[in-house]
Amino acid sequence: MSDIAPPPPPLIHARGLTKRFGEFTAVDGIDFDVAPGESFGFLGPNGAGKTSTMRMVACVSPVTSGTLRILDLEPNADGARIRGQLGVVPQQDTLDTELSVKDNLVIYGRYFGLSRKEAARRGDELLEFAQLTERANDKVEPLSGGMKRRLTIARALINEPSILLLDEPTTGLDPQARHLLWERLYRLKQRGVTLVLTTHYMDEAEQLCDRLVVMDKARIVAEGSPRTLIEQYSTREVTELRFPVGVQETLDGQLDGVGDRIEYLPDRVLVYSDDGEAAAAAAHDRGLQPETVLVRRSSLEDVFLRLTGRSLVD
Amino acid sequence: MAVAQTSLGAGPPIAPLTGDRVPRQSSVRNALAAYEHQFLLYRRTWRGSIFGSFAQPVLFLVAMGIGLGGFVDQSGSGAIDVPYIEFLAPALLVSTVMQGSSFEATFPVLGGFHWNRRYHAMYATPLSPYAIAFGQIAWIATRATMVGAIFCAVIVAFGAAGSPAIVFAIPVGTLTALAFAGPIAAYMTTQHDTTAFNSIWRFGITPLFLFSGTFFPIEQLPEQIRWIAWLLPLWHGVDLARALSLGTVGDAPLVQLAHVVILTTMSVVGVYAMFVMYRRQLAK
Repeated sequence: MSDIAPPPPPLIHARGLTKRFGEFTAVDGIDFDVAPGESFGFLGPNGAGKTSTMRMVACVSPVTSGTLRILDLEPNADGARIRGQLGVVPQQDTLDTELSVKDNLVIYGRYFGLSRKEAARRGDELLEFAQLTERANDKVEPLSGGMKRRLTIARALINEPSILLLDEPTTGLDPQARHLLWERLYRLKQRGVTLVLTTHYMDEAEQLCDRLVVMDKARIVAEGSPRTLIEQYSTREVTELRFPVGVQETLDGQLDGVGDRIEYLPDRVLVYSDDGEAAAAAAHDRGLQPETVLVRRSSLEDVFLRLTGRSLVD
Repeated sequence: MAVAQTSLGAGPPIAPLTGDRVPRQSSVRNALAAYEHQFLLYRRTWRGSIFGSFAQPVLFLVAMGIGLGGFVDQSGSGAIDVPYIEFLAPALLVSTVMQGSSFEATFPVLGGFHWNRRYHAMYATPLSPYAIAFGQIAWIATRATMVGAIFCAVIVAFGAAGSPAIVFAIPVGTLTALAFAGPIAAYMTTQHDTTAFNSIWRFGITPLFLFSGTFFPIEQLPEQIRWIAWLLPLWHGVDLARALSLGTVGDAPLVQLAHVVILTTMSVVGVYAMFVMYRRQLAK
């Protein structure tokens, strides 16, 4: 990045952004900025406030309090204008199952004020992009989950949006479909489309996000690039030690000081350190004999679980 | 994996518009786009729908008009001074249109909010909740007019029209349709399943169909409960359509005017409530 040119103003600017439903606070005063061309992620367990935040950014859910500016406009006042510049891929498919694949795109184009001809032209182009050209005249219902997802993304692009909002875009898809979607999203990013997504797949966040925030209980608990978050909240490597049944309970502090941090899970012990092999050797030197030893690089998942805890959220 | 090369992958960079440069879209165009969606949907089902719109009046006119009507006319009670089928036809038109519109205000509304979630997809665009509600109610009115016009054609084909004034039953049908569909659609926005639909039908639409003076004059009811007709929205449409097509408006012009005022008020209030509820349910 240049030191001279001032950074471009953010496309999305939130300060103290809050959403309440009656007594319940879904989003509790969060701050974030998304720069043009950036791809920005919201990570967090279910109920952390990701979707509520996305709905406010999509200008379909009124802001309760705080500041939110999108494209330098106010959602509560200029929602429809902002929505004209957004592409939205909702968590739950909202395709019109009574229309054909192609008509789903065309009518959507009409909503953005396109002529029928232009909507049809862009529709054809997007079908190509989504690899659905052969299915153009089919009904939506029999399409596979991956195809429906691709069609939803294609539909979100009909207005050539400057910001694409994706709420858990690949949940429920098989690996092939996920990789195809990632590749398509990456190409959009290369064209300068700003991506904002929520996910609870850590590999997805590492693949797609330049920068992300981790949300928990309606607040932002960490912010940074995937790499800096790993550096800040985890160590370079993780050594996973699995002991024979019953042995782990008798360790009684024998591993203390082996790595930077030790976490005891019901079925294994995680040792966080910058040199996983050394940690494994150190454990061995202390006479411990784990059944299996796995040394791996630290991932966003470690950051996520450290920040949001391991207890199940329903 | 084969990668299709389209302009989307390799196109020029997309520069975002911000602030004052972000265009505004006309609300009228938005409302018309929502209406257009209904035509795309209808394109798939119009054949069956048009056939049904012909078949229903044919069945009713044969059974009630010719079958029951012939029987009534023979008995010569003198309770009505026109052939029963002419008495029945305009009222049946309005009742049929009312039923169809009430149906169109239930399932498609539930579907838009909860099943195919069409409305949520529409609201992710520049369309406002009002444009979305307009698209739905305008379509209901369009269908009501179509069904009424086809019904009218069948009446004429049966020779059951007392006079050319039978065509007035078509706009009365559409007005009655709005008077029912507006409030029902407003109410359905608060529902998540078809439970209410069943109650509306069982305790609302079907009794109204039977007791609103469609098949027999309201004067047949015991005098003590005859005033109830004024509370039955369908009776206003039925009585108005009948008076217009039989040319008896002059008998009680104030009553006919009251019908128009009541139906119009119900339509305006109902559709207004529908618009408000669409906004509440979508912009949460």
